[in-house]
Amino acid sequence: MAATTHDAGTRRDFLYVASGAMGAVGVAAIAWPFIDQMNPSTAALALASTEVDLSAVQPGQQVIVKWRGHPLFVRRRTPAEIASAKAVDVNSLPDPLAYNDNLPDNSPATDANRAIKPEWLILIGVCTHLGCTPTVSTPQMPEGDYGGWLCHCHGSQYDTAGRIRKGPAPRNLQVPPYSFLSATRVKVG
Amino acid sequence: MSGPSTYNPKSGLERWLDTRLPILRLAHDTIQTFPTPRNLNIWYTFGGILTFCLAIQIITGIVLAMHYVANATLAFDSVESIMRDVNYGWLMRYMHANGASMFFLAVYIHMFRGLYYGSYKAPRELIWIIGVLIYLLMMATAFFGYVLPWGQMSFWGATVITNLFTAIPVVGTHIATWLWGDFAVGDATLNRFFSLHYLLPFIIAAVVGLHIWALHVPGNNNPLGIDVKTPQDTVPFHPYYTVKDAFYLVLFVILFAVFVFYAPNFFGNPDNYQQANPLVTPPDIVPEWYLLPFYAMLRSIPNKLLGVIVMFGAIATLVFIPWLDTSRVRSCRFRPLMKQFFWAFLVACVLLGYCGGQSVDAARFGIPLVWVARIASIYYYVFFWLIMPIVGLIETPKKLPASIAQSVLGDSAAAPAE
Amino acid sequence: MRLTTVTLGTGLGLAIGLLASTSAFALDTARLAPKEEAFSFEGPFGTYDRGALQRGYQVYKEVCSACHSAQHLAFHNLAEAGGPEFSEAQARALATAVKVPADPNDKGETTDDKGVPLMRSATLADHFPSPYPNENAARANNSGALPPDLSMIVKAREGGPQYVYSILTGFGGHAPAGFKVTDGKYYNPYFEGWNITMPPPLKDGTVTYSDGTKATVDQEAHDVVTFLAWASEPKLEERKRFGFGVMVFLVVLAGLLFGAYRKVWKDAH
Repeated sequence: MAATTHDAGTRRDFLYVASGAMGAVGVAAIAWPFIDQMNPSTAALALASTEVDLSAVQPGQQVIVKWRGHPLFVRRRTPAEIASAKAVDVNSLPDPLAYNDNLPDNSPATDANRAIKPEWLILIGVCTHLGCTPTVSTPQMPEGDYGGWLCHCHGSQYDTAGRIRKGPAPRNLQVPPYSFLSATRVKVG
Repeated sequence: MSGPSTYNPKSGLERWLDTRLPILRLAHDTIQTFPTPRNLNIWYTFGGILTFCLAIQIITGIVLAMHYVANATLAFDSVESIMRDVNYGWLMRYMHANGASMFFLAVYIHMFRGLYYGSYKAPRELIWIIGVLIYLLMMATAFFGYVLPWGQMSFWGATVITNLFTAIPVVGTHIATWLWGDFAVGDATLNRFFSLHYLLPFIIAAVVGLHIWALHVPGNNNPLGIDVKTPQDTVPFHPYYTVKDAFYLVLFVILFAVFVFYAPNFFGNPDNYQQANPLVTPPDIVPEWYLLPFYAMLRSIPNKLLGVIVMFGAIATLVFIPWLDTSRVRSCRFRPLMKQFFWAFLVACVLLGYCGGQSVDAARFGIPLVWVARIASIYYYVFFWLIMPIVGLIETPKKLPASIAQSVLGDSAAAPAE
Repeated sequence: MRLTTVTLGTGLGLAIGLLASTSAFALDTARLAPKEEAFSFEGPFGTYDRGALQRGYQVYKEVCSACHSAQHLAFHNLAEAGGPEFSEAQARALATAVKVPADPNDKGETTDDKGVPLMRSATLADHFPSPYPNENAARANNSGALPPDLSMIVKAREGGPQYVYSILTGFGGHAPAGFKVTDGKYYNPYFEGWNITMPPPLKDGTVTYSDGTKATVDQEAHDVVTFLAWASEPKLEERKRFGFGVMVFLVVLAGLLFGAYRKVWKDAH
């Protein structure tokens, strides 16, 4: 009699534990959709990639495109701007890293590592200091001393490869992941 | 039956908590040791199921509200965006929409259980009345919620029901304009309906708390309708009813899952997949199935004001049931005459629901459905206002068992076949 | 005798006349029950036929999109799992082939000198464009009728895919005696009232399928209805797959709980 009750006890315990555990697993499994629904929707992700038409951009000109909620600088560099960027010694830069999403993390900030095609410089237009949008420097309206960009918020100055040269910004402007779909079309993101 | 608490905090933490906020004591007394009649059947599991339904609706609703836009131009598209773009948005939406139907299915079973077993009779009158209040709040919540997708049925259902208020003499049109916030159902109406739809479920939750509190004073009724007399009549809620409720809850969830995953639009109306158009009325305006019986009552009366009175009167009637039923015996198991009228009442409700879903001039077997609805509506009122008082007085009930324990554990010949 | 004959004859003539006239009024033009056409996505384990979806997109693009918008569909949906599953490159090509209104140019213009809207190629993020700029333009170009948006047409009509299929294949019959087709409309008994403003959109060979399938009216209708069913319910396959897992889980859990329930109550009765 005692043995039967004991068996019945452990059998009931097993069923209890098994049901409880399975119930808990079920709750955890169904919890995932409720958490995942807050992640970016496919509509947001569809805008994670932007295609930019380069055909209208003249040498020395920059267009700003919206990408993932940020301004994206698409700049067609003149040969002079490319040359001045190449002439800089990487070791003298405040920030020697390329910050190029198309390359490994610790790539140095050579001009070649800042643009896939030297003529086209594509950068996320967010100052690495506190997030303002730097103003582009053109021969007609120079901004800063390095021919690249000047951030008017706190005076950070970037060169013609978007690298920080002077001012409080700690890092070079970020190069986003991008690829050329054709000579006049680039897909960013 | 609520008695002195038997909770005995064991660990230091439990004692610390108990002297500051006796929440574990509350859980112990209400869910663990609460003495519950040992003969509760499947129909008594729907209270727990309803709590689950409310939780599901609130959780899925809050999640949907993260993506829904309550603006007349954007609402319909925002719902489609939920269905197509939001991760698992289709699941959230279908759970919420079908969850509402399951909620009402459960509440109707719960209410019919109360009618059959006399759970509304003394000393449980207030539990019943609070329940009617919950039912009213549920209907209001469901009505507001159905408007939100801003489909054709959303818009025109809102138009028809809010127009009912214009039946009230003198102030009717002013009330309707005040409800709309405009000269007709529009963006202003949608926004306030969204606000109220978000608010009411939390009021329902609070009233459900009162409902359970009121229940825990006398304790549960049971299928025999006789009082608990000795401790042998009861078992502790845990593990007996926790496991039973859990099992039947899973069966209910299986039914829920069948709808959500395999027939998600079964309860819905195709017209609601068309964006609201104030200039085009759909050929048949119907509410969701759970409101159809009252809709049928409304349409069966050719006079607008009388139709409104009959419809709202039908719900108001429910409040008086504890005093309309004169029987000294609670459960229909022992009331052979009342039992027949009860089943006829159920048939009348189903017929009313069917009529409500058909077009106004429909006929079956040569009988115009509007007459079926009229007869069923008359029976609805007669059942509560005439049959309940009279049958209670003239009926000869069957002999009640001596006690619950004797009926369940003792000589089974004393217990009736049901 | 003659009087009787005359009376009977007049009576008979009247009766026949009345019957003939009332039969015209009594003709019930309620739509016929939809044809029974089976689709691969029906049933608890149904899935969309990829080939039918891709062919259906072709039919939508080449035939229907001239008058019908499908604004809830985006080009990136064409590459997603559970749908036509074009490759991303194919979907991008399909998008590029479609023109959508361009954003304002540097001068802030959205139309050219002649007032024609400036257009650009669609990208994957764009939704399918509408053939008309607004409802009035749509009605003006379609004899006053508004061609409905097709994004959810299969869910928005009683009878679902069978209804849409019946409409598309229901043209060409002879109207029964006593029924006059309204001017400017077409006879289709599967449409309520039997008068539909849409001209028969499909003929044999309206499209040429790239996979070589023979493009009969039935095939084209079947394919485009499959596509439109997916447009209404792009998550159907995910939903049924998820549902199968949920049902298995719940049945096992119910079994365990039943065992626990019986064990707990064994000694209580």
